[in-house]
Amino acid sequence: MDKYGYFGEFGGRFIPETLMNAVIELDNAYNFYKNDGEFITELDLLLKNYAGRPSILYFAEKMTKDLDGAKIYLKREDLNHTGSHKINNVLGQALLAKKMGKTRLIAETGAGQHGVATATAAALMGMECLVFMGREDTVRQALNVYRMELLGAKVVPVDSGTATLKDAVNAAMREWAGRMSDTHYCLGSVMGPHPFPTIVRDFQSVIGREIKAEMLSREGKLPDAVIACVGGGSNAIGSFYEFTEDTDVVLIGCEAAGKGVNTPQNAATIANGRTGVFHGMKSIFCQDEYGQIAPVYSISAGLDYPGIGPEHAKLHTDGRASYVPVTDEEAVDAFEYLSRTEGIIPAIESAHAVAYTIKYAKTLTPDKTVVVTVSGRGDKDVASIARYRGLDLHE
Amino acid sequence: MNNIEKIRATFSHKAFIPFITGGDPDLETTRKLINTLAESGADLIEIGIPFSDPVAEGPVIEAADERALSGGCTVDKIFEMIKGVDVKIPILLMTYYNPIFGYGSERFVENCVNSGVSGLIVPDLPFDEREELKLYTDRAGLALISLIAPTSGGRIPVIAKASEGFLYCVSSLGVTGTRSKIGGNITEMVKAVREVSDIPCAVGFGVSDAVQAKEMSKFADGVIVGSAIVKICAKYGRDCIPYVEKFAKSIAEIIKL
Repeated sequence: MDKYGYFGEFGGRFIPETLMNAVIELDNAYNFYKNDGEFITELDLLLKNYAGRPSILYFAEKMTKDLDGAKIYLKREDLNHTGSHKINNVLGQALLAKKMGKTRLIAETGAGQHGVATATAAALMGMECLVFMGREDTVRQALNVYRMELLGAKVVPVDSGTATLKDAVNAAMREWAGRMSDTHYCLGSVMGPHPFPTIVRDFQSVIGREIKAEMLSREGKLPDAVIACVGGGSNAIGSFYEFTEDTDVVLIGCEAAGKGVNTPQNAATIANGRTGVFHGMKSIFCQDEYGQIAPVYSISAGLDYPGIGPEHAKLHTDGRASYVPVTDEEAVDAFEYLSRTEGIIPAIESAHAVAYTIKYAKTLTPDKTVVVTVSGRGDKDVASIARYRGLDLHE
Repeated sequence: MNNIEKIRATFSHKAFIPFITGGDPDLETTRKLINTLAESGADLIEIGIPFSDPVAEGPVIEAADERALSGGCTVDKIFEMIKGVDVKIPILLMTYYNPIFGYGSERFVENCVNSGVSGLIVPDLPFDEREELKLYTDRAGLALISLIAPTSGGRIPVIAKASEGFLYCVSSLGVTGTRSKIGGNITEMVKAVREVSDIPCAVGFGVSDAVQAKEMSKFADGVIVGSAIVKICAKYGRDCIPYVEKFAKSIAEIIKL
């Protein structure tokens, strides 16, 4: 038996023996269907007619003028059906699961975006759906819980550990270990055991392919920088992957620094983590000296994760991409800034990328172009941002 | 005898292998429990190093891990405690890979040997990924116990042939925890092992009482009992010793009949 699915020293599959054949089955199925003409056509049609792809690449003219630096383009993944990039991966995995004869999807969710996307795909394809969500996140994102239920999914609040995203992943892995013959674990980010980081990256890389094609046709050149927020890192890898060989394109991932990288309350994995093995992968994790996974914090439920996908760990180690911390305060400011300046309310996750773009674009000359991926829309965050600003507003 | 032979020798009769979580509720209780279990007919003891995110565990052992960690238990303190224990039977450590990797695999293995640990069970380190740890356990003469599951199928021959000490047979799908009924394919799993190896097979996951333990011991060479004991520790806390003793004796007696 060989080791599979490594990105340099990161990746692999570190899971209980019970799940090994399930991930091997998935790997084999994916390797077959990714080259299957019928599968490719079906997925393309779903992305076009159902998800609404290609997503718009919007020139943020007011923002560009206001910041007086590089030209800023927004990759509008928020305009996809279900309101985020998560649908790209979910449609791919749900279709794959269906081809494999699975009738049931399970998923973890933080902010609820991936859960909503999975519930949506399950409804579309006539599959049963179970979504695990940290208890704390079910409170922070109550509207998304109801949305998933409306779509016919069952939402299971998870009380163990820190009751956030990592605990939802634990619960989903446990559920899968108990029932895999009819169930596919629709993992939402570029993490977990091989082949998940590769599958999710491939399904999300449509983002970067569209950015590249559009930039070439509109600007006649590649962007100077691509910026995206990073929790597990799916919209970031989706945005970066097409450009990894284009070494002149600066790739920047924005991680959640919560109340600050030097405070105990943050989720800045690259800034504060070190190499470890967790959730099926060798990667970089926030942990203590004994390898206990550290409790992390971010205002954003979707970035509130103590690790990062293995391919990001490699891009970081190789110096190909850089990862910068963005605090709650900076993200909330950017959330409000983009709303007022461009009339676009970004997800609080995406607002982390917008926040860094605001700082970064100012340092560049007007002949430079920056693309920032707006991974999701911010409707789900309006109430929590109001509360952050001291208003007693509830959904 | 080296560690691997020492572990294997405990299967000269049907082996009783209890599991307890180190530091639940405190390490003094764990120390007493090790002595009590050794005197109550245990042939091997598994000590769990508590982990923040034990994904292969059900709610009983997960809660024990949380109690142990919130009580300040660390792997260094567990090594220290084991060093002070004087029992004849081999002690195994069960933990997830990150507490080993994060501590430094080489240093972890050295400390195992120095404190008298005979083997390691790492449920999230499958056969395919174990080489980087095995480098150190081989050098130190520590047994790295392999696991097979009901879903292992064609993987069983390769895993069984390379196993050392004994083979941990996961009885059921899902996570650890007591079950009223244990799935029926233990016999097939053991049969598949027997075709390629005479390695002793111990069954774990779900064994909840003496009757089930007896049933499992008919098909396997040993029975691992975890959650049922940890439940007693949860119920009685520091006062659990006599209750665990009574339960352990009932299992040890019946499977050795």
